[in-house]
Amino acid sequence: MTIGGVARFWREIPQRYNLIGKQCGSCGRIYFPPRESCPYCRRKSIGKMRDIKLSGKGEIVTYTVIHVAPHNFEGQVPYPIAIVQLEEGPRITAQIVDCKIEDVKIGMKVEYTFRRIQEDGYTGAIYYGYKFKPCQQKQNHQ
Amino acid sequence: MRDVAIIGIGITKFGELWDKSFRQLIAEAGSKAIIDAGIEGKEIDAIYVGSMSAGRFIGQEHVGALVADSSGFAHLHIPAIRVESACASGGLALRQGYLSVASGMNDIVVVGGIEKMSDVGGTAATETLATAADQEWEAFFGATFPGIYAMIATKHMHDYGTTREQLAQVAVKNHANGALNPNAQFRREISLDTVIKAPPVAQPLGLLDCSPVSDGAASLILCPAEKAKKYTDKPVKIIGSGQASDTLALHARDSICTFNSTVYAARMAYKQAKKTPKDIDVAEVHDCFTIAEIIAIEDLGFVEKGEGGKAIDNNITTLDGSLPVNTSGGLKAKGHPVGATGVAQVVEIVTQLRGEAEKRQVKDATIGLAHNVGGCGASCIVHILEAM
Ligand SMILES: [Zn+2]
Repeated sequence: MTIGGVARFWREIPQRYNLIGKQCGSCGRIYFPPRESCPYCRRKSIGKMRDIKLSGKGEIVTYTVIHVAPHNFEGQVPYPIAIVQLEEGPRITAQIVDCKIEDVKIGMKVEYTFRRIQEDGYTGAIYYGYKFKPCQQKQNHQ
Repeated sequence: MRDVAIIGIGITKFGELWDKSFRQLIAEAGSKAIIDAGIEGKEIDAIYVGSMSAGRFIGQEHVGALVADSSGFAHLHIPAIRVESACASGGLALRQGYLSVASGMNDIVVVGGIEKMSDVGGTAATETLATAADQEWEAFFGATFPGIYAMIATKHMHDYGTTREQLAQVAVKNHANGALNPNAQFRREISLDTVIKAPPVAQPLGLLDCSPVSDGAASLILCPAEKAKKYTDKPVKIIGSGQASDTLALHARDSICTFNSTVYAARMAYKQAKKTPKDIDVAEVHDCFTIAEIIAIEDLGFVEKGEGGKAIDNNITTLDGSLPVNTSGGLKAKGHPVGATGVAQVVEIVTQLRGEAEKRQVKDATIGLAHNVGGCGASCIVHILEAM
């Protein structure tokens, strides 16, 4: 991830640090990562995409455990990574932390946590963003 | 639009070819195809070449002109076009060449596909392949390319009861086919146990569920179908060509276990060819990972969704089955020089339809299908071919 340098990273900070997505002002659909226009409303949505902070709660759709990783992640193997469906609808890819690897399951309730993602061996830059951990309190909603 | 035929094929050996350069490989595949078709350089109207990432693999861009130059055509000033669609670059090169002949703009077109991957280390090759995924929203967070396919496998096993053994069977079958293909990277059979006990890459996928890092090139010669018999006794007609796209990231799709790019590209190709999945005698599908073959045969309509894992036990996709899949060994055993793959698949189908596949020949094969995927399904190209 060294290509593009620092600007490439800080450009995405609001989204990666705080889970800020976009909501279409025309149909109400919510997108994360943010989109410039709504694929369903297209021209009607231009200029009407509003920032929206996501709750950070969701559920595991599918997952894997990475054993062979790119060099920026080599120190972390083996690590679980999942597609998480957020309460508001969007799905994102993120690491699952703070639990045993064998406890990671499809359907598991998880929530956002702010963590160090990777370390660039060449520049020494450390990149932060979201990971997900098992939900602390029991959830009553689906 | 006019009908288009393939009148010549050429392929190099696939593998980690330390002694062969990018230039040597493409020149070898191209000249084999040109000699096979019996055409001359001055007849060529255009060259289309698929290459995923020459810039990262060998530090060389401007691949279109380079391919024309290394093939000895610089003095003929033939238009040369490089196309890129990740691992589907080869299939896309064929589709672009096909469209240019079908349109009437060109008569004789050379299609090539190439990748020289082994000049960089394994880690660098893996990272370059990951550029076919979403760099900002998948790779940044630690998802690898095998990891993304592994998440499809986890979901397929959960939703449809597909087993670890069924994944491994794909590798066993394709290695057995590869053992019969003189150009394959791996020419040895492997056991189910060996696949399952191989070191893990991304659970549930192990090392032997993944296609290898490969060097290689392949080439095809196209011409208008009405002129094809002038060049060869065994022309093969392109009766359907389909292409579709989808989101770069797997997570952005509603369905994890279906590649809609495959569904749409196949629908386009079947419609043009006026054929259904039942009409296909032999197919090469994009098995970059074992799970990829399972979902490909479902999305192409060869079996019902969820039934892909049983296709080998049910004797459907095996060499003596009702619809043999990846007779060449597939990406898994034949090798996967990414830009070459889509072209190499069609070389295998043409070889089968000509009846020249020797020990791996599918009896009475007249209609074949080639399925080439880019990334984890953000691009797909499907071609249907028929012996003339
Ligand atoms: Zn909308």
